[in-house]
Amino acid sequence: MEIVNVDVAIVGAGGAGLRAAIALAQTDPMLRIALISKVYPMRSHTCAAEGGAAGVIKADDSFDMHFDDTVGGGDWLSDQDCVEYFVKEAPKELTQLEHWGCPWNREADGSVAVRPFGGMKKQRTWFAADKSGFHILHTLFQTTLQFESIQRFDEYFALDLLVDEGRCQGLTAMEMRSGMVKQFNAKAVIIAGGGAGRIFPFSTNGAIKTGDGMALAYRAGVPLKDMEFVQYHPTGLPNTGSLLTEACRGEGGVLLNKDGRRYLQDYGMGPETPMGKPQLKTMELGPRDRVSQAYWHELQKGNTVSTQWGECVMLDMRHLGEKVINERLPLVRELAIAYLGVDIVTDAVPIRPVVHYMMGGISTNTQAATTLPGLFAAGECACVSLNGANRLGSNSLVELLVFGKSAALSAIAHLRTQPPPNTAALEARAKASQARIRELFSRTDGTESMSGLRKEMMDTMEKNVGIYRTEAGLQEAVAKIHELRQRYQKVVLNDKSNVFNTDLFQVLELGSMLDCASALTVGALARKESRGAHQRLDYVQRDDQNYLRHSMAHFQGLALPTVDYLDVVITKSPPGVRDYSGDHK
Amino acid sequence: MKERLVQLEVMRYDPEGDTEPHFQRYEVMCKDEWVVLDALNAIKESLDPTLAYRWSCHMAVCGSCGMMINGEPKLSCHAFLRDYPGVIRVEPLANFPIERDLVTVADDFIDKLKRVKPYLIPKEKKTLAEGEYKQTPAQLMKYRQFSMCINCMLCYAACPEYALQPKFLGPAAITLAHRYNQDSRDGGRDERQEVIATNEGVWECSFVGACSEVCPKAVDPAGALQQVKVASTLDWFKEHLLPGGSPK
Repeated sequence: MEIVNVDVAIVGAGGAGLRAAIALAQTDPMLRIALISKVYPMRSHTCAAEGGAAGVIKADDSFDMHFDDTVGGGDWLSDQDCVEYFVKEAPKELTQLEHWGCPWNREADGSVAVRPFGGMKKQRTWFAADKSGFHILHTLFQTTLQFESIQRFDEYFALDLLVDEGRCQGLTAMEMRSGMVKQFNAKAVIIAGGGAGRIFPFSTNGAIKTGDGMALAYRAGVPLKDMEFVQYHPTGLPNTGSLLTEACRGEGGVLLNKDGRRYLQDYGMGPETPMGKPQLKTMELGPRDRVSQAYWHELQKGNTVSTQWGECVMLDMRHLGEKVINERLPLVRELAIAYLGVDIVTDAVPIRPVVHYMMGGISTNTQAATTLPGLFAAGECACVSLNGANRLGSNSLVELLVFGKSAALSAIAHLRTQPPPNTAALEARAKASQARIRELFSRTDGTESMSGLRKEMMDTMEKNVGIYRTEAGLQEAVAKIHELRQRYQKVVLNDKSNVFNTDLFQVLELGSMLDCASALTVGALARKESRGAHQRLDYVQRDDQNYLRHSMAHFQGLALPTVDYLDVVITKSPPGVRDYSGDHK
Repeated sequence: MKERLVQLEVMRYDPEGDTEPHFQRYEVMCKDEWVVLDALNAIKESLDPTLAYRWSCHMAVCGSCGMMINGEPKLSCHAFLRDYPGVIRVEPLANFPIERDLVTVADDFIDKLKRVKPYLIPKEKKTLAEGEYKQTPAQLMKYRQFSMCINCMLCYAACPEYALQPKFLGPAAITLAHRYNQDSRDGGRDERQEVIATNEGVWECSFVGACSEVCPKAVDPAGALQQVKVASTLDWFKEHLLPGGSPK
């Protein structure tokens, strides 16, 4: 087996992985850096983020206000030391991106412009039209091209971490164009592999978002934290699930039910604000969890609009006018016309909530370190406990930057103290990883189809682990996912070729997704309260007495994961009431 | 939702078994509003799990799923079945080697991107503490369109010059260089000119304009290349005809 020796290996080349790579290369030009990704960097799903990135920059804003919005938005499940660090680093990172060429929208005087966003008390969302994630990703990718020490391994599929003597010392990955498994020896590994939204059938997430990075760490014994918190974005296209950014509402778009009523006022986010004059932190600028939950209630009341794509509510942006729409929401207009045949300039567009983001992930601390020495994680795959029970829109793009950089700096501190590896032991572990793949090729007793198992998984998640959850539904989901994980052991690999074998990758991705779904469902069943994005019809109150804690799911092979809890870090904001009633108290 | 049976002829090539590519015909039930990518996904899920192609976002922004569809370079997630009443012929992007089925080898394009130094080379150094570079909306508009490229490579598949002369840097790479050259914060034009104002660069382009016609993001690479040519010609005149020589 070919061995690649590096100092740091990064798994995933989206926003967090690229930011980490740049920080490594800039801090120590002598480091050998491997940037490993199953797709070319610019295909990473960071490209699909639209609205923008939050950082305090205007005179009427403050770190404390960004902190309060984030902690309250997260229903007090965020670690407050983490949030304090984050809000201070955010403007620095966004300015850094500006220095690297990111085409942020500007004020007339040439300073960076900001826009309003859900759950934020002040305007602090930096944006590049409604293609902010795309520009961030390409700016970062292009910036990496000036560093010779960043060696890219594009289209390499990560298989297993190499853990020896209690430390993470590398990984195995398959070169997708040849099918060859390679061994990467690294003194530190950073996972930046993105979320797992594809475990649900209706999702804004691209096909690549299958939780591989989460599963890599989880199977190596690192707990997944707060996996039960799944964000539904309130405004997705009802057929494809494509995202229509929160900036639609930030710019003044309104949500209407079948009677034309701005129904959010009936769910603690009123009273109604004047059309075209969005008011921060209320009505359409409420947080995503509350706005998505309001849709569910409207559905129960029969207030939704029946369309050929199912039950919807209407997002009306007509009053913004063509000029504002073209300048600030061009992609939204383009998407709605192309995929739905609706021009938002002349018509309201039907939308419904759609799975968008995992608040949970690989448990990390504020330095982006996991519980496994030598392993770091950042971005959506990680749970540094910034987002708590509900992420505020425009915090995640900044999270990639702040904690991507943290992960790099922590990795450097770690690798300087490491003894030489036991190369024979690493080689043996790499061989075992290769054998796991070979077994898939030689398996003769397979009975289960990959697409069949995947469909059952998605159906179960959709039916039982949605916006509102119940004990019975979650029990069914836990049992079903557990059953699917057993049946997965008999999955059939139809394609036995070596070159770009997408059947194989889908089989491996399904394995990742089932592991994530297992942690998610078990965590959801165990959390007998309603907080943020985790809403239980049978436990409707937040229960700070018992659940002001992070769930930690531990991998137990084919058995159900075990769950224990970690206290939330509270520094200055005791749990309070989330108030989105604007100034009209 | 109306459905119909759609016929697709898809190019297949397995480098381990096939001596040359061949077409395989599939028939699959599709919803009227679907795109070609949805049809391929339906084939892969229910008919033939061995079919290989790249895709991810399904919203025309990740740039993965470029293919030739009835002979034209398209993003398959943005090629609507309603526009293709007959048999749909799907092939890998033209002008690139085939890796497998609809998957092409992208190495050449990736190398060319890097060669044009597509990153900000600051005109004046500034620390983070000094804040952002000022850039007016008008200055932003000078390069914004050229920053929209999603690297989907459709323009290379459409470019007759690239087909003839693989050394040609090509539309997307030159446009990206131009994007940074036009950025008010940037001072790296001279370095990039050495790469793009060459016979392998912009002078290879014969301004057919096919790149701009197929661009799914209206980046207008042909327009960018034309601007580069004009600016490079001006450079030449300044250098050779003005008293005092090079303005540098």
